[in-house]
Amino acid sequence: MEIGEFLREKVLAVQDYSLLSWTAIANMFRRPFYWADLYTQADLIGFGSVPIVILTGFFTGGVLALNSATTLAQFGAKAVTGELVSLSMVKELGPVLTGLMVSGRNASGMASELGSMQVTEQIDAMRALGVDPLKKLVTPRVLSTIVMLVFLTIISDSLGVAGGGWISSGLGINASQYFHMAYQTLEYPDILEGLVKPLIFGFIIATIGCYFGMSTRGGTQGVGRSTTQAVVYSSVLIVFSDFLISRLTIGIFGR
Amino acid sequence: MSTTETVPAPDQAIGDPTAPVVSFEHVSIGFDGHPVLLDINFQARSGEMVIVLGPAGGGKSVLLKLANGLLPPDAGRIRLFGMNIQTLPQDELFTFRRHIGMVFQESALFDSLSVRDNVSYRLIEERDNQEDIDRRVLECLRFVELEEAIDKFPPELSGGMKRRVAIARAIITQPSLLLYDSPTGGLDPITSTTIIELVMKQRDVYESTALLVTHRLQDAFTLATHRFNLKENRMERIENDGIDPNTTIMVLKQGRIAFTGSLVDLLRSKDPYIQEYLA
Repeated sequence: MEIGEFLREKVLAVQDYSLLSWTAIANMFRRPFYWADLYTQADLIGFGSVPIVILTGFFTGGVLALNSATTLAQFGAKAVTGELVSLSMVKELGPVLTGLMVSGRNASGMASELGSMQVTEQIDAMRALGVDPLKKLVTPRVLSTIVMLVFLTIISDSLGVAGGGWISSGLGINASQYFHMAYQTLEYPDILEGLVKPLIFGFIIATIGCYFGMSTRGGTQGVGRSTTQAVVYSSVLIVFSDFLISRLTIGIFGR
Repeated sequence: MSTTETVPAPDQAIGDPTAPVVSFEHVSIGFDGHPVLLDINFQARSGEMVIVLGPAGGGKSVLLKLANGLLPPDAGRIRLFGMNIQTLPQDELFTFRRHIGMVFQESALFDSLSVRDNVSYRLIEERDNQEDIDRRVLECLRFVELEEAIDKFPPELSGGMKRRVAIARAIITQPSLLLYDSPTGGLDPITSTTIIELVMKQRDVYESTALLVTHRLQDAFTLATHRFNLKENRMERIENDGIDPNTTIMVLKQGRIAFTGSLVDLLRSKDPYIQEYLA
C-alpha cells in the first residue's frame, strides 16, 4: 500500500470515528430514547464488571502497600503507607486499572457483537426496518459505560485502599493510623481528578468498541481483527489520556 | 411544505400517487475507485415487479441498497414515490423506510431475538399495541406458513425457513414497496420454488410494487409465467402460455443496464450478451 493511500485511510478513519462519537453524544438529547437498551447495557457493563474490578482493585492496593511499606521502612516512614496507597489508587491506579479491565472486557465485547451484526447485514436490516443503529446500539453503550465506569472506579478505589490496609496491618502498621493517613491526605482536586478520568475513559472504551464494531469488514476474520484493534486502541488511548488529564490537573490545582 | 408533512404513516397514501414508485435517474456508484453501477435509468410503476438479473458481483445488491437509501449514489437521483430520497434528512429517511420492506440475501435476522420478535421488530420499535402486534405477527407467519416456528430462534431454523421469516418481517407493515435481495440464493430447488411462490403470492394478492434481484433465470421465468391462485393456495401457469403484464425483467452487464423489457422481449433479444446469458 502506498504511503499516500495509507495516510488517506487513517484520516478517513479518524473522521468516521469523530462523526460516530459526536452523533452518539448528540443522540443523548434526541428522541427516541432506548431506555431498555440503556439498562441492559448498564447491567452488562456495570454489574458484570464488578467481580474483576473488586479483585483488581483489592490486590493492586495490597501490592502497592507491600512494596511501598518495605521501601518506606528503610527511611523510617512506614507510617505514611496509607497516604501513598490512597493517593495512588484514587488519582491513578483506580481509574486506569478499572478502565483497562473494562476495556478488555467490554470494548472487545462491543466490537465483536456489533462486528458480527455488521458482517451478517443485521445493522443494514435494522436501518431498513426504520431504526437508527447509532441511537439503538451505540448511544446506550456510550452512556452506560461512562456512568458505570465512575461507580466501578469508586469501588476499585475503595477496595484498593482496603486491600492496602489489610496488607499494612500484616506489616505491623496500625490500621487506624493507616486509614487516618489515607483519608487525611486526600483533597478535593484528587477526588475530582479520580472521577473525571473514568468519564473520559468510559467514553473512549465505548466509542472505540462501537467504532471498530460498526466498521467491521471481511467476515469472521474481520470480527476478530476489530475485537483486537478495539482493545489495543482503547487501552493505549486510556493511558495516553490519563497522562494528559494528570498534567492538566497538576497545571490547574498544583497537585 | 416541510418534509415531515410529506412522510405519512404506513397505512396512508405516500408521496405523489401518479409518480413511479421507484425511479433511478442516471445513477452511478463505485467503491475504492472501481465503478459498480454506471448511469442506471429505470422506473417501477405501482404494482409492477422488476426482476434484476445479472452475474454475481454485478452490483445487483448495491442497486437494492441504493433504492432503500442504505447507500448514497455518487451521481444521479433516486426517487421513491416521487420523493428524492437523497434530500431527506437521516431521521426522516428512517421514518420513510416504514413504507419499504426488504428481504436480505442471507435473511439478516437478529440472531439473539426469537422469530416472534424478529417479525414484530418494527412494530415494537413503533410501540404499537401488544395485542395488535401479536395479531399481525400471526397473520404474517400464517402467510409464510411458519406459525409453528414463532418461538424459535434463527440458529434453529433452516435456510428456507429463515427466508420465510425474513419475508414475514418485511411485509408486517404492508409496505408499498418490497425489495428482495436474492431470496432464493443458496437454497435447494424445492425450497427456492416455495420462496418464489411466496413472492408471487405477495405480488398477486397485495399487488405491491417490488424489485427482485436474482442470478437464477428460473426465478424470473417462473414469476413471469405464473400467477398465484388464492382459492387453491398455490401458483399456476398463466393460460395460453401468457406472461404477467406487471413483471419486467432487467439485465445488468458490467454495471450497466443491458436489457429492460418483458420475458417475451428478453427471449427475442438479438443482443449477443443476452443470448449468451440465456444459453
